[in-house]
Amino acid sequence: MRRYVVIALPYLWLVALFLIPFGIVLKIALSDIALARPPYMPQLDLSQGWAGLRDFLTALDFENFTFLTTDDLYWKAYLSSLQIAALSTAITLLVGYPIAYAMARSEPEWRPTLLMLVILPFWTSFLIRVYSWMGILSTEGVLNQFLLGIGVLSEPLQILNTNVAVYIGIVYTYLPFMILPIYAALEKMDDSLLEAAEDLGSSRLQAFWLVTLPLSRNGIIAGCFLVFIPAIGEFVIPSLLGGSQTLMIGKVLWEEFFSNRDWPVASAVAVILLLILIIPIILFQRNEQRAREADQ
Amino acid sequence: MRRFSWFNATSLTFGFAFLYLPMIILVIYSFNESRLVTVWAGFSTKWYGELFRNEEFLDAAWVTLKVAVLSSTIATVLGTMAAHVLVNGGRFRGRTLFSGMIYAPLVMPEVITGLSLLLLFIGIGLERGVLTVVLAHTTFSMCYVSVVVSSRLATFDRSLEEAALDLGCSSFDAFRLVTLPIIAPAVISGWLLAFTLSLDDLVIASFTTGPGATTLPIKVFSSIRLGVSPEINALSTVLISVVAVGVISASLITKRAALQQAREEQAAQRAT
Repeated sequence: MRRYVVIALPYLWLVALFLIPFGIVLKIALSDIALARPPYMPQLDLSQGWAGLRDFLTALDFENFTFLTTDDLYWKAYLSSLQIAALSTAITLLVGYPIAYAMARSEPEWRPTLLMLVILPFWTSFLIRVYSWMGILSTEGVLNQFLLGIGVLSEPLQILNTNVAVYIGIVYTYLPFMILPIYAALEKMDDSLLEAAEDLGSSRLQAFWLVTLPLSRNGIIAGCFLVFIPAIGEFVIPSLLGGSQTLMIGKVLWEEFFSNRDWPVASAVAVILLLILIIPIILFQRNEQRAREADQ
Repeated sequence: MRRFSWFNATSLTFGFAFLYLPMIILVIYSFNESRLVTVWAGFSTKWYGELFRNEEFLDAAWVTLKVAVLSSTIATVLGTMAAHVLVNGGRFRGRTLFSGMIYAPLVMPEVITGLSLLLLFIGIGLERGVLTVVLAHTTFSMCYVSVVVSSRLATFDRSLEEAALDLGCSSFDAFRLVTLPIIAPAVISGWLLAFTLSLDDLVIASFTTGPGATTLPIKVFSSIRLGVSPEINALSTVLISVVAVGVISASLITKRAALQQAREEQAAQRAT
């Protein structure tokens, strides 16, 4: 009896607050906008029995999805989200790898402290970490003042409210997610492999390229997905650091919902965003699975 | 032998400078006399005074704390149950769906989670406020708790629990007296994670909140949209210090506990 309670409680909670809401999004994505509240048609009217269900099903259509293909705002926003996420993942890898590498090479008694220093920002508010760059990147910000002060610039750079600021924001906030899996992979590495490579006549750069890099492959892949997947749907960074020309799908969804109050289109945007995310998520799962099997 | 070259030293220095300088600059400017955030006009703590007199911030902080304590506590109970089911539950109908529902919210974009929960609350006519935010936060953070706890349960020696059952414990007592004390560190870190996630969340709270339940991130977000302000710098400094003190003391405590355990094990070995 108790066993059933332990299973049923979390199970029902997730069905009620995860599965059903998701079904509602799907349903509304297939509905028409209506001006009454809630602003969409049709609603499932169970009091009419089968007739209600039939009316409901026949009124569903793919109009909102067709609408998304006719207005180029949407596919531009999807493409630009993918592009921003991909490029910032690549930059995060270039910034994060040397840090993870240096951590794995440091004295063993230093490593817990270094790890803690990487994890600490993760516990700090995301919003505050994004906000901290607003004061640095603005035209009267710390960075511009510094560059003007030492005479590198004659007039301030416009960085805040551009895509450059969005890249900086994503790299900054997601850097720990890149460092940690790469560090975990490098830390396990057997150093005698490097010695063997050098004994056999390869230079240190060659040894890195042929031994270290392939051995940290799983960490690199995991880190890239951990940055790429959440970056696609990001809302806070483009809306605080980006400008009016920064197009990201999370921001479009938010505006469609809160400013235009077009729930069916917002839901359709959400459904397509999920369809886009499914591929990287499956690839990520497969990589994790392989890494687990390799460990055993 | 591991080599630590100048290259490694440089990447560590630049890496940690990149991670920490923005926050350090934020903290420094919170003590700036001037309202213009970019001009240094002398040291002052007046923005902290302003902050602690600002009713709106205090109210929002109180709402956030209430939501975080409630949601992380419920999430810890549900998440631990879910972890127990996933690791020790054996087979039951709908198991695949269950584990799918545990892992899906972890990768779901916040905008979608928020949107779908809001549509549910409107659909069933639940008035939006503290309750709906608690429900929303519990849902996504219980999944994080269950991942943390199930990774600990996976390495737990089940024969200990079986021994307790053989000695006449009920299965609930065996869990309470044997399993729970052993997995307690994971349960506590799960709670802390859920608590932090709830304190931090802007997007899901914005979708699911209603009048009278403005959380601190929502308040902060709406005021920083207009630009940088010294009061927000002061607020950020307070939050950063709380987190830094918490994380550093937690790591010192675990380090001391590990040393203590190692010493006891050595002593026990010497005694035999």
